[in-house]
Amino acid sequence: MHETASLEHSLYLKKIKQRKILVKISQISLLAAFFGIWEAAAVIKLIDPFIFGQPSQMFKDMIFLAKEFNLLFHIRVTLGECILGFLISTILGTFIAMLLWWNDFLQKTLNPYLVVLNSLPKTALAPILIVWIGNNVRAVIFTAVITSIIVTVLSVLTGFNEVSKDKIKLVRTFGGTKLDVLLKVVFPASIPTIANALDINIGLSFVGVIVGEFLVAKYGLGYLISYGSQILRMSWVMTSIIILCLLAALVHRLAVALMKACLSGR
Amino acid sequence: MNNMLELVHISKNYHEASSVTQAIQDISLEVRDGELLSIVGPSGCGKSTLLSIISGLAPPSSGEIRILKQPATVGYMLQQDHLFGWRTIFQNACLGLEIQKKLTEENLSFVHQLLRQYGLAEFENRYPSCLSGGMRQRAALIRTLAVKPNILLLDEPFSALDYQTRLYVADEITSIIRLEKKTAVFVTHDISEAVAASDRVAVLTRRPAKLQAIHQIEFSPGFKPREAPEFREYFNLIWKELDIHA
Repeated sequence: MHETASLEHSLYLKKIKQRKILVKISQISLLAAFFGIWEAAAVIKLIDPFIFGQPSQMFKDMIFLAKEFNLLFHIRVTLGECILGFLISTILGTFIAMLLWWNDFLQKTLNPYLVVLNSLPKTALAPILIVWIGNNVRAVIFTAVITSIIVTVLSVLTGFNEVSKDKIKLVRTFGGTKLDVLLKVVFPASIPTIANALDINIGLSFVGVIVGEFLVAKYGLGYLISYGSQILRMSWVMTSIIILCLLAALVHRLAVALMKACLSGR
Repeated sequence: MNNMLELVHISKNYHEASSVTQAIQDISLEVRDGELLSIVGPSGCGKSTLLSIISGLAPPSSGEIRILKQPATVGYMLQQDHLFGWRTIFQNACLGLEIQKKLTEENLSFVHQLLRQYGLAEFENRYPSCLSGGMRQRAALIRTLAVKPNILLLDEPFSALDYQTRLYVADEITSIIRLEKKTAVFVTHDISEAVAASDRVAVLTRRPAKLQAIHQIEFSPGFKPREAPEFREYFNLIWKELDIHA
């Protein structure tokens, strides 16, 4: 009986493992097929590589950009702006959510404005910011912050408001103050919500940074994209977008790791 | 026996935009030192409100609460254990001490001792998700006892547990309360739980809650409460008084 069970179990484990490998293989083949078909279509002139780019050309461009155009520097700028933007918006957004949680009157008063600001495409504000702040990196970071901060405030505030009333009552029964309630229950209970907001913020922060760089910068991947399209080097644009994809994946991985570290033990 | 706690003509109204609801109407009651008093009443009659008033969390509309033994410290146990998932069992047990800024060497070793005494020593550094329902309830009680309250208020503390666990945990928790010689007020809608656990049972009417009757519970010596011949009598008596119509 025991032996059949353990045999069954090892078969079950094997099945899971096989499935995992199959998924990985499919994912990689999908990517390979995408680039393969793209390359082939460009070689047999099904698509015009001048307009649609060509993977092999993009690879050469990447090396060229790295040598002549200081590609690594542009990547560093974009990545730095993005991380700074999302750190600021997460921390500041959480802090604003705390203020609104603390003062119910303020929360009620500001609610309609937050809702309107939330639906507004924040990138529409970028041209104004450039006039106000100047044609510089600060304007780019500011654009990244405003793109993601409203969502942070709203989602963290929702998290705060959803903390169980009984947990709050428990702290009160020990004679806890409002500050105790915030620090001992509401904030720690909302850490999963905040971690989630962090992940969404990364995406939004990238949006803000790229739009900001379109308008402002002399550096960054957004600049390369807009410059590339202006001088009709589409493969530069494509190359920059591919790098952007890789960066986004990398930062998302970092955020997930951070989230896991925050939630360990729960 | 001296009185520990007195409720003097307590009334409580709830205000809403469209109406005023009278939750509690003129309840006077005293709780003696070292006694376990339970309060039974139909669901939603205002039993929990009464506990909130005793604890000082909600002010009564009229009337007065007198705690006759100083310091007037009250410990509260809620329907669910509400152990915090992000704290270890030991950190959870210290929550009250932490809030009251009483994390002294002496108090911390008191918490260790309680955890050891009630079989949770090996779980001190584990998180609540590792514990069974009964163990969690014990941890919640230790969290309450850690601040050394004179009076314990228990608001249906077993209602979140399944029936079998509930019988066991109720016996266990009440025996801990007796061992620690605490005065306790225990709110429940479960008549058998009230009769089995307490020295006296106060019966409340439907909303607005008034005091219907109060019974001294005494069992023939040598019997466990639930097996004593008087158990059924008390149960039936209170059942009739509650006058529940589904």
